[in-house]
Amino acid sequence: MRILAIAVFWAILLALLYVLRRNRSVVFWPLLALSCLLLFNLFSTPQFYQLDWRDNHLYGVPIDIINHASKVGILALGMTLVIAVGGIDLSVGAVMAIAGAMMAYMTVQMNQPPWVCVAAALIAGVIAGMWNGFLVAIMGIPPMVATLILMVAGRGVAQLITDGQIIIFNNPTLTFIGNGFIVIPFPFILMLIMFALTWLLTKGTAVGFLIESVGDNEVAARRAGVNSRLVKFLVYVFCGFCAAIAGLVQTSNIRSADANNIGLNLELDAIMSVVIGGTAMTGGRFYLASSIIGALLIQALTTTMYAKDVSPVVAPVPKALVILAVCLLQSERVKRYLATRREAV
Amino acid sequence: MRKFALVVAAFALTAAVAVAGEITVGFAQLGAESMWRTANTDSIKGEAAKRGINLIFSDAQQKQENQIRSVRSFIAQGVDVIGLPPVVNSGWEPVLREAQEAGIPVILADRTVDTSDDSLYISFIGSNFIQEGENAGNWLVRELKGRYGDVSGEVFELVGTVGAAPAIDRKKGFEAIIANYPDLKIVKSQSGDFTRAKGKEVMEAYIKSPEWTAAKRKIIYGHNDDMVLGAIQALEEAGVNPGTECILIGVDGIADAFEAIAQGKMHCTVECNPLIGPQFYDMVEAIVAGKDIPKIVYSIEGTYDYYCAEALLPWRRSLY
Repeated sequence: MRILAIAVFWAILLALLYVLRRNRSVVFWPLLALSCLLLFNLFSTPQFYQLDWRDNHLYGVPIDIINHASKVGILALGMTLVIAVGGIDLSVGAVMAIAGAMMAYMTVQMNQPPWVCVAAALIAGVIAGMWNGFLVAIMGIPPMVATLILMVAGRGVAQLITDGQIIIFNNPTLTFIGNGFIVIPFPFILMLIMFALTWLLTKGTAVGFLIESVGDNEVAARRAGVNSRLVKFLVYVFCGFCAAIAGLVQTSNIRSADANNIGLNLELDAIMSVVIGGTAMTGGRFYLASSIIGALLIQALTTTMYAKDVSPVVAPVPKALVILAVCLLQSERVKRYLATRREAV
Repeated sequence: MRKFALVVAAFALTAAVAVAGEITVGFAQLGAESMWRTANTDSIKGEAAKRGINLIFSDAQQKQENQIRSVRSFIAQGVDVIGLPPVVNSGWEPVLREAQEAGIPVILADRTVDTSDDSLYISFIGSNFIQEGENAGNWLVRELKGRYGDVSGEVFELVGTVGAAPAIDRKKGFEAIIANYPDLKIVKSQSGDFTRAKGKEVMEAYIKSPEWTAAKRKIIYGHNDDMVLGAIQALEEAGVNPGTECILIGVDGIADAFEAIAQGKMHCTVECNPLIGPQFYDMVEAIVAGKDIPKIVYSIEGTYDYYCAEALLPWRRSLY
């Protein structure tokens, strides 16, 4: 039974890879890397394919991976769009902390109902995004510098909200966001919903086209009548919104607002996911699904390190090597070199 | 003229202090970045008031230049002793030399400085992270002997941030103790970055490992309490009763850990003591009395388990 399930899974995966390769899709490379990792674990780490049914939901290592990849995946959605307009947002980790602190503060100190707490956290994220958007799009400050300001100050804001304490909460609705299951983990469902919405918004309407045009050549876009400032501004607001959701997920997951540590260094994971996904840091074309695969790859790598008990001292090295390999495979020069080699043979 | 008046005033002040026979101490606290630090500040202030010591306290808000400025102002005011928890460990030689030339001894608190000349400070008071690891190991050995009569088990370790001194030393101390018992082994060791979120994530991975299924006595040793608190959540969500099916040990002694122990979800926390006030002023008084001072004094640190945690919880809450 289990072997059959694994065989079906691999058949689907291989078929998907084949189709993506034939269509020369960007998603192919990160998915290939993920498949290689899964193949390695198929032979060396049996628990990687262990799926059980427990307490009315699925349980096992694959579930852990999609669960923990969700917050970086949600961050990566906003980050993809920001990078597509030629920007970057270093503040998402700090915005996560602000949103988490806001939620905990509203429920514990203010005794507000859950929807108010969530709304307050999301508004905080949107305001943070507006601040970034204002600095970048209106004031014209380079994104690296503009978002660095909130990256540094944001954690201070979060500390102010929590008064330097770790606020613990037990509201069942709020803890559901990060711990709940509807067959699969709720954070993953949240990520799928966010992905679907973002995809519809950008590919279903002209918004995606506008973003790509601004990222490709801002001057040309403006001459063609695109309000590039507004596009940039809104993209940062969206990124702040995504960061707030990710912050809710992580805060809810540990049932406490730890302003010092929530989202720490996650901005780097989010940027990494986007880069692995094949979106160029210079802006232009962007690939949402590919960024999500990037987030899954990073988490699968982390979980592999735990499972194989690689010493935490050296664990970053194999991780870096895999990511380097994916980036190299996507580089135009390496692709051209491989192509000429193939012709020569 | 104004300068002259100031000098006269300063002399008058010094004379007044001398007449009263009071000891004046300047403490250049580094900031208020954590609950541990706040408790540390309260201990320094409270103990001074209790002993009638004249304390001049400053808060550097995590900035070295502020701390240096405070130390200089303490030198100018001619305090008897300066207390300094350095925010970073380099760049202290010039100002420490100024203090030395003014004949004011400096006590380093809970962190050290990089210097080739250790005559620049009189002593160091702080935690011994290796000892904390040993305390955790010793408690575990005693607990296993008491419960089962023999010392064996599988330890799942939650390591702190890679490269941090407390993570390295708490591992070293713990390993030194359990090395004496061949049947007590660390089977898994991964970093939880001293945070609840990572502690929980690593624990989830541990629970699904073959080592966990094979382990007869499951022992979880975390380099701080926060990671263990995260691990408790992971255990409960996986349907494991942390109180009865595992033994959980953390380090720090934060109030939340006391609460978890009182609720029967955790078993022991090894203290990393922020309350160094009494030891600090003992040393100050010894310095003023002209006694010999040891170069290193470790803070007194206890181990709290389920026998006492519930009773001590209100006291712990009042500290943090």
